[in-house]
Amino acid sequence: MTLHVIRPAPVRKSVTVNADAARAFEVFASRISTWWPHSHTIGSSPQKDIVLEPRVGGRWFEVGEDGSQCTWGKVLAWEPPARLLLAWQIDGNWKYDPDLVTEVEVTFTPIGKDTTRVDLEHRNLERFGDKVETVRSAIDSDGGWTQIMKSYADACRVG
Amino acid sequence: MADSNTALAALADPTRRQIFERLRAGPRAVGEIAQGLPVSRPAVSQHLAVLKSAGLVKDQAQGTRRVYEIDPKGLGAIRAWLDQFWDAPLASFKAEVEGRKGKR
Repeated sequence: MTLHVIRPAPVRKSVTVNADAARAFEVFASRISTWWPHSHTIGSSPQKDIVLEPRVGGRWFEVGEDGSQCTWGKVLAWEPPARLLLAWQIDGNWKYDPDLVTEVEVTFTPIGKDTTRVDLEHRNLERFGDKVETVRSAIDSDGGWTQIMKSYADACRVG
Repeated sequence: MADSNTALAALADPTRRQIFERLRAGPRAVGEIAQGLPVSRPAVSQHLAVLKSAGLVKDQAQGTRRVYEIDPKGLGAIRAWLDQFWDAPLASFKAEVEGRKGKR
């Protein structure tokens, strides 16, 4: 019998921004709460901040208005201004799961003066296969993530 | 392509998840899948039927046995969902980098 393991292809996204790589990295990594959709919180309290501790092994967590903290994952590589590697450890129920490690790699490539291509790769998706019950409730709530995220993106554009 | 809601709902059951995980190493007959599981073989068959209808596994007859394997299109549905997931944050990120400097 042939053994084979199904591995879904990583999710890859690219966005080109009018900023140099240093600024793109800084906004992405150090000011994540300025752009991450606040509706997507895993804490019980409204989200006040999102923190990426700027070092390998640093925590990725959100802070609620009541001061409570919820871990999202950790920093696997912190290489400004070129690369960021994060462990995304949130399951489908929006709970931190230390046993679930999917990688999100973000690279910042200068492609011109003050223009940077930001490539994001979310990989090891087969690991969600063990944990998928997590993702379900999020999809089912409020018309789903996609709708919520779209609304947020629109609000940002207007703002 | 399986609908990701159905796929995720199918995997919400711990026994079904266990069965699904056993198939990650490769195709298995029902009897092999049932070995060591705390449920009866008919129950395993029922779980497999749910996984199949969710598009997560597919089956084929091999002689007298029915062999199940993961249907990559099922995980594909989950992947498709994650693919959409990142669009809006990146759009928000771009807007923040380019326009809303320093503002929350």
